[in-house]
Order: sequence, then structure tokens, then C-alpha cells
Amino acid sequence: MNLSTSNSAVGAIFIALLGGAIKTSTPYLFVSLGETLTEKAGRVNLGLEGTLMMGAVTGFGASLFSGNPFVGVLAAGGAGLLMGALHAWLCSFRRVSSIAVGIALMIFGTGLAFYLGKPLIQPQAPHLPAIDLGFWTTNPALKEALQINVLFIAGVVLAPLLAWFLASTRWGLILRLCGENVEAARAKGIQPERVRLLATAAGGFLAGIGGSFLSLYYPGTWTEGLSTGQGLLAVALVIFSRWNPLLCLVTSLLFGALGSLGAALQAAGLSQGFYLFGTVPALMALGLMILTSGKKRGVSGRPAELSVHT
Amino acid sequence: MIKKIVLLAAALTAGLGLIGCSHQSQQKASPGGKVLKIGFLYVGPKDDFGYNQSHAEGAAEIAQLPNVKIVEQENVPETVDVEKAMEGMIVQDGVSVIFATSFGYWDHVLKVALKYPNVKFFHCGGLYQADKDPPNVYSYFGYIEEGQYLNGIAAGYASKTGKLGFIAAKPIPQVLENINAFTLGARSVNPKATTTVVFTGGWSMPTQEANAANSLIDKGIDVITMHVDSPKVIVQTCEQRGVFVAGYHADQSSLAPKEYLTGAIWNWGAVYKTIVADIQAGKDPSHFIRGGMKDGFVKMAPFGPGVSATAKTKIESVLGKMMKGEFVIFKGPLKDNTGKVVIPAGTSEVQTDPVLEKMNYLVQGVIGSTGM
Repeated sequence: MNLSTSNSAVGAIFIALLGGAIKTSTPYLFVSLGETLTEKAGRVNLGLEGTLMMGAVTGFGASLFSGNPFVGVLAAGGAGLLMGALHAWLCSFRRVSSIAVGIALMIFGTGLAFYLGKPLIQPQAPHLPAIDLGFWTTNPALKEALQINVLFIAGVVLAPLLAWFLASTRWGLILRLCGENVEAARAKGIQPERVRLLATAAGGFLAGIGGSFLSLYYPGTWTEGLSTGQGLLAVALVIFSRWNPLLCLVTSLLFGALGSLGAALQAAGLSQGFYLFGTVPALMALGLMILTSGKKRGVSGRPAELSVHT
Repeated sequence: MIKKIVLLAAALTAGLGLIGCSHQSQQKASPGGKVLKIGFLYVGPKDDFGYNQSHAEGAAEIAQLPNVKIVEQENVPETVDVEKAMEGMIVQDGVSVIFATSFGYWDHVLKVALKYPNVKFFHCGGLYQADKDPPNVYSYFGYIEEGQYLNGIAAGYASKTGKLGFIAAKPIPQVLENINAFTLGARSVNPKATTTVVFTGGWSMPTQEANAANSLIDKGIDVITMHVDSPKVIVQTCEQRGVFVAGYHADQSSLAPKEYLTGAIWNWGAVYKTIVADIQAGKDPSHFIRGGMKDGFVKMAPFGPGVSATAKTKIESVLGKMMKGEFVIFKGPLKDNTGKVVIPAGTSEVQTDPVLEKMNYLVQGVIGSTGM
């Protein structure tokens, strides 16, 4: 391999990673932002994989029947909102484990999505549009990588907005208070259960929208194998991101890029050991965990009320 | 407290039930005659534009036969789950014939077959060995690589760059056979053609398949084919980005009216009808059922607009030879892509040669590795 072809191979891999980051990060981003909101209020919702699938199938169905993909996105958000509210309602009973409810709803949501989706495997629903930000380049690969979906842009805008909401608004403060010290919240006359209901429902809304991205844009179809665990991994991303919406954006982009590494390297002719490429995101996750936590530091940024027994 | 546990349990069972059970049965009985109950197990949804759909279409054909009742279950994982599903069909539905349609069911079929010697187990793709496998197990498969060879010819003519792409699930022998046959077909009309392979690592990975298609197209590849369970996403991506696509498993031409060249597709209905007729007549079917174009096990999808007249003539002439059983895809001298001779000059590995079902190399012209 001479220098110029190896340069072009590196360039192609870089473009593929950029495209992968933009194309496949959106579900991670929406689910992790939603989960950040929920966890900041002191509740863990592990069921977002099920919410993601419900969002995907509802979004696809609504887009198909209305002919408008944005109706699909809203419907997906609505389905996610209901799933989130269901989680919060079940958790509002005393001595109910939110972890167990989350796992139950993950299985329930996935199963219900499969059931509702049976007639939707064959038809093709209208896709979400993309904005062409690659108009300035003649490189077809780069041009394709810069086809930016509206939901991706919405997610990029949402991340700082959410950070500002949590840090600088009265409602954000109330929400964080419920996550940090539930007794103090009660003393202030706040009803933590109500705040958590709203936060979990809003988190579900975002996760549902993340699902609609899968079925309405990339890969843009409804199949039962649509999610390869993005909803689960996104919950883990919240921990790497230290409950910080801006870091959620960074880690989502990183995991989107890493997920497309295997395909990019093989397309460039580097195929030895391709089984290992698939493990890179998981290795990365482990590495980040080891690097960012330690005996002394603990898991900084974690809302104090987050514990497995409430 | 109890109320909450009940609620939780209800949510759990409802969810699990919805995932597992799309257990449906269809029946067409005629007076007289004993009803033959047959169970079908699929690894994915049965309308996936791909592998599972091709089997379900075959099952639907035999469901129309008199005195046949079929029971189907979709989304059965290649784990101990398939053993439970098969036992459920035998014990609860009383089936006496089982079609286990996914390759990874093989070891589980062998296990359950020992327990139920009166049930006949037909497995798709396994390599039956009479000296060690139970006598109530049968293996069936089709030489679909003949179709991939013809796909390769169509691709070799259609490609402007001579760079072809193959998106595959896992490097098992049947997948490698398809990649090699496709490449040999393409190189028979364009000796400089290369095939770049991307393995996704799983039979149904829509996001990875879309990533693979986009990465290949970005590298200047202008014809793509595949061996994954549901080619829908790949075919749609090719149509959207304007590169040719050769299909696999089932006819996907409706998904890519502009770019679909042709496709290698299964014709399981014909296979299942013969097996059922044998059983109903009291004959013991062969334990090693194989066939290709000639036997009607596989066929080609109609040509799309991207196939030139020259390509059509060439494909039809090779297909004619296949129909007469005169065409050999794998013959020496043949080198693998590391330069090693895998079939010496003068040797022909005809389609029925079981050695082909142990293939572990990629031929010259393939860019990729078997991953070891």
C-alpha cells in the first residue's frame, strides 16, 4: 500500500466515523438525555429499551397512516410519555423497586412493540427529511456523511438547553432537590412523587423520540431486530456522562462513531480480526468506567437519592 | 404489597408472552385421511423480506394441501429456547414432523430428536452424518450459491468501477460459498472485479447493515449483494444512494425498482411439498436433501432495468447449463485470496460435493478475511 492510498483509506475511515457519529448517535442522545432528566429527579428507569422500541413502532405506524413523519415523531414521544408515566405510577406505590419495574417495562415494551408491529414489517413509511450540510464539497462520501437529520439537530440543541434548565431554572432546582434530598424537598412543600412522575414521563417522551429516529430515518424501517440494545447502553452512557447533558452529547457521538468502526475498517479493506471491532464500544465503556471512577472519587455527580432500593 | 407484586408479575408475563408467542395454526382438512401435523420454527419474523419469509411462504403452500395442519412459531432464538419450542409443539400440538429452519438450531435438534424418536426432524442447512446422527433427523438445503454466481454475472456487467460489495452476517461455510460464488460469477465476465466483504456479526443487525452499505458505497463500490436474514435495509439504502443491488432470500424488487438487478431466491414450497408427499405416502425421505436451480429449490428474481441485454444472454446461458446439471462453479485451478491453491487444476467440486459445505476460505478477488 503506498502513501496516497493509505492516506485515502484513513480519510475514508475518518469520514465513515464522522457519518456514523452523526447518523447513529441520535437514539443514544435522546435516550441518555431523557434518562438524565429522570435520574436527576432521583429515579432510575431501566426500561428505556422498551420505551425506545415502543417509540420506534408507534412512530413508524403514525407516519405510515398520517403520511407525515413529524406526526410519527410526536406519536412516538407520546407513546414514550405513557411508558414513562406507567413506570412512575408503578413506582409511586410504597416498597416497589424501580429497578424491577424498569426491567419489567423493558420486556413489556419490547413485547408490546413486536405485537403491535406485526403488520408494519412489510410497508414503508415516509422518512424524516435530512438537511444537506455537505453542499460545499464534491466528495460524495463526505457529502453523504453531512446529510444531517432534523432530530440530530434537535438533540444537539436540546443538550445545552437541558443543562441550562437543570442548572439555572427554578423548576430545574426543584427537580434536582428531589434527586438530592427528598426530605428537604418535602420540607419545602414539594411533592417529590409528582416531580418524579413528570421527570420520568418527560424522560420517556425523549426516549420515544429516539426510537422514532431508528424507524423513520436510520436504518429507517420497522423490524424486530431494530434496536441492538441502544436503549440499554444509553442508560449506561448517563453514568459515563456524570448526569451532565453536555457530556451526554459527547459520549453519544463517541459511541455512534465507534459503532460504525467495524463496517468502516472492513470497507477500507482492513478485515483481520473483525470480531474484535464489534467489541470496541463495550471495551470503551469499560475503559471509561475504570478511568473515571476510583475508591476516593466514587461516582461524582450522582444524585444522592439514587439508590437501588427506592 | 401483594397487589403490587401481582401487577409486576402481570406486566412481566404479558411482556414475555408478547415476545414469545405468535403461535398460529392453519388447517385445511378433507374427510377421510389422517391429518399430518407439522411444526415450523423461524429465527425471526416471518414477513422479513428475507430468509424467514422464504420459509413461511413455503409453509403457507403446504398448509393448502389436504390433510395437513401447520403450527408456526416466529422469533425462536438459537438457544435452549428452540428445544422448549419444539417440545411444546410435540407435546401440546401433537406435531409429528418439525421443520427447524435456522442453521443454529442444529445441535438442539439433535438433542430433542433423541428424546422423541417417533417425530421426524427436518433441519435446514445441517450436515447430516448417518453414522452418528439420530435416524429421525433429516437435513435439507439448497444450492443457492448458483443464484449468487448468476448475481455475480449481473453485477460484473453492471459495475462501472469493477468494485463490488458483499454484506454478510458471519463467516460460516454457506456464507463463504455465496461470497465466493458471487465473486467467481463477476470475474467470469470482468476478470478485474473485486468483492469487498463486510461482516456485521449477526443475522439481523439493521443499523450495522446500513453502516456497512454506506461505508462500501463511500469507497466507490457500485454493486452490493448480501447474506443476512432480512436484506430490506441494505436494498433500501442502495436504492436511496443510487447503486445497484442484487437481492437474496426473497424477491425485494419492490423495494428498489430502479437499482434492483436480480436476486437469488428460495423456493421452499417445492421442497416442502415433496417431503410431505413422501411422508404421506409412507416413504422415508432422504436424510440429506439437496438441490439447486435444476431441482427447483432455488430460482432467480425477475431482471431489473439495470441488467443489459448482454448480461441477460450470458445469465440465461449459464442458467441453461445449471438446469442440465452441466455447470461447475468451484473447479481448479482455484486460489484463495492469500494466494494458496485451494482446488488444484483438474479437480472439479461439483455442486453435490459435501466438501463445499465445509468451505473455510475466500477466493482470489475477495477483499476480506474469514476472521480467524
